[in-house]
Amino acid sequence: MNTGTDRVKRGMAEMQKGGVIMDVVNAEQAKLAEAAGAVAVMALERVPSDIRKEGGVARMADLRIVEEVMSAVSIPVMAKARIGHITEARVLESMGVDYIDESEVLTPADEEFHLLKSDFTVPFVCGCRDLGEAARRIGEGTAMLRTKGEPGTGNIVEAVRHIRKVNAQVRRVVNMSKDELMTEAKILGAPFELLLEIKELGRLPVVNFAAGGVATPADAALMMELGADGVFVGSGIFKSDNPEKFARAIVEATTHYQDYELIAKVSKELGTAMKGMEISSLSLEDRMQERGW
Amino acid sequence: MTTVGVLGLQGAVREHFRSIEAGGAKAVVVKKAEQLSTIDGLIIPGGESTTMRRLIDVYGLMEPLRHFAASGKPIFGTCAGLILLAGEIVGYDEPHLGVMDVVVERNSFGRQKESFETDLSIKGIEGDPFTAVFIRAPHIVSAGPETEVLATYKDRIVLARHGQFLGCSFHPELTDDHRLTEYFISMVKSAGVTA
Repeated sequence: MNTGTDRVKRGMAEMQKGGVIMDVVNAEQAKLAEAAGAVAVMALERVPSDIRKEGGVARMADLRIVEEVMSAVSIPVMAKARIGHITEARVLESMGVDYIDESEVLTPADEEFHLLKSDFTVPFVCGCRDLGEAARRIGEGTAMLRTKGEPGTGNIVEAVRHIRKVNAQVRRVVNMSKDELMTEAKILGAPFELLLEIKELGRLPVVNFAAGGVATPADAALMMELGADGVFVGSGIFKSDNPEKFARAIVEATTHYQDYELIAKVSKELGTAMKGMEISSLSLEDRMQERGW
Repeated sequence: MTTVGVLGLQGAVREHFRSIEAGGAKAVVVKKAEQLSTIDGLIIPGGESTTMRRLIDVYGLMEPLRHFAASGKPIFGTCAGLILLAGEIVGYDEPHLGVMDVVVERNSFGRQKESFETDLSIKGIEGDPFTAVFIRAPHIVSAGPETEVLATYKDRIVLARHGQFLGCSFHPELTDDHRLTEYFISMVKSAGVTA
C-alpha cells in the first residue's frame, strides 16, 4: 500500500476535470459552492480582489476558516500556501487539506526557490504562464497546473495569453524531432526528460486548469474552448450580484462550453458581474503573475 | 462493433476512452439523453459525485439513465460512478440512480493524503495482481443477496457485480492494465442487448 504516489496525486486532479473550483471564505459560501456543483473549493481568508484592495502581506488563511470549510462540505478542499513557505504547506498537509495551491496570489516567502512538492504526500497545484514555468513546477513535483492569469481583476486577457502560450509550446515540442529537444529545454528552462515525456504523450503529463480573471460563464467556456481541463473561479462568484445563480451558470457553461444557446440561457438575468480592471492600469509590482521563478 | 459510452459530464473521461479502445470496443462520450440509444453499455467515470448528480438533474438525464439500466444494458461505475449506481448511501436519505443492490459509504478511506495504490486479486481476472488506485474512495459496506463480491481490500468490499451492474471503489482507468475494462466489455457483449 503506497500513499502520495504520482498516480494518486495526479489522479486526484484528473477527477476534477471538466469542473469548476471555487474560492470561498466561510462555511456558508462553501455549501453554496458545493450545491451549485463545484468539484472542489479553495478555502481563503480573502479573495484575490480583496487582497489587491487591502494590500499588506497576504499569508496562508486563518486555519479556523480552513477547518470550518473542511467540515462543511464533502467535496475536496484546497488551500493556498505562500511560494516557498515549507512550513505553511506542511501545516496545511497535517490538517488534511486535499490539495495545496503554492500561489502567487499570496506574498511570496521565498524569492528564489519554490517548494519541493515531490517531498509531500498531499498534491499541489501551481500557476504557469509558459511551458518553461509549467515544466519547472512539474519537475518539483506539482500534480496539477493552472494558468496564472491576473488574479482578482475580472479580466480574462492574461489567462487567455497563458493558456495559448503553453498549448502552442506543447504543440511545438510534440512536433520537434528528438535531437532538437535539448536546445529547446535550454531555451525554455525546462527539464529535458519532461520535454521527452510531453513529446511521447502528445500533451502535458498533468491537467492544466484556467485561473486568474474568470468573471462570467462565457469566460469559463472560452477557457475550455482554448483547451483548459477545468476552471478556477476566484473573486468572480462571490463578488457578483447573485452568487448562487452565478455559480450554477459557470458550472453549466464549463460542462457544455460549446452549447451557445445554453450559455445564453444561463447568462441571462445574472445581474452584474464583478467590476473588472484594465491590466495596463496595474504597475509591474502589483501584477501577481510576475511572482514565481 | 460493441459501443461503450462514457458519461461525460465531469471527471476522468479521457482515461476511460483509452481503456475501452484498448479493449477492442468503440468509445463514445455521452452528454445528452438521446445519445444513450446509440450505445451497448455505459461507464460512469470517477469525478465528484455531487457535481455529476447536479448536472444529471439539470440536463434531465435521471429518467433516461434509469430507463437505460432497466433495459438490461450493462453499466460500470468507478468511484463516483459506484456512488451514483448504489441503492443506498450511508448518511443520505436518497440514492442517486439506486439500481445496484449495494450500500456505499463516501470518502471512507479518508481525505486525499490517505489516498493510495495497492495490488488486489480480483475474482474472474487471472494472472498478475491488479494495481488499484484509490482516491478519496468510497467502499461497499454491504452487498445484497444477488450481488457477487469480486474483490476486497482489508475486509472492505471494493469491487462487486449485481447482474448487469459492475461497481468499484478504485480507478482502473488510471493504469495501463485494461483487464477490468475488458471484463466489462465482455459483460456488454454477452448481455446481447444491442443499440
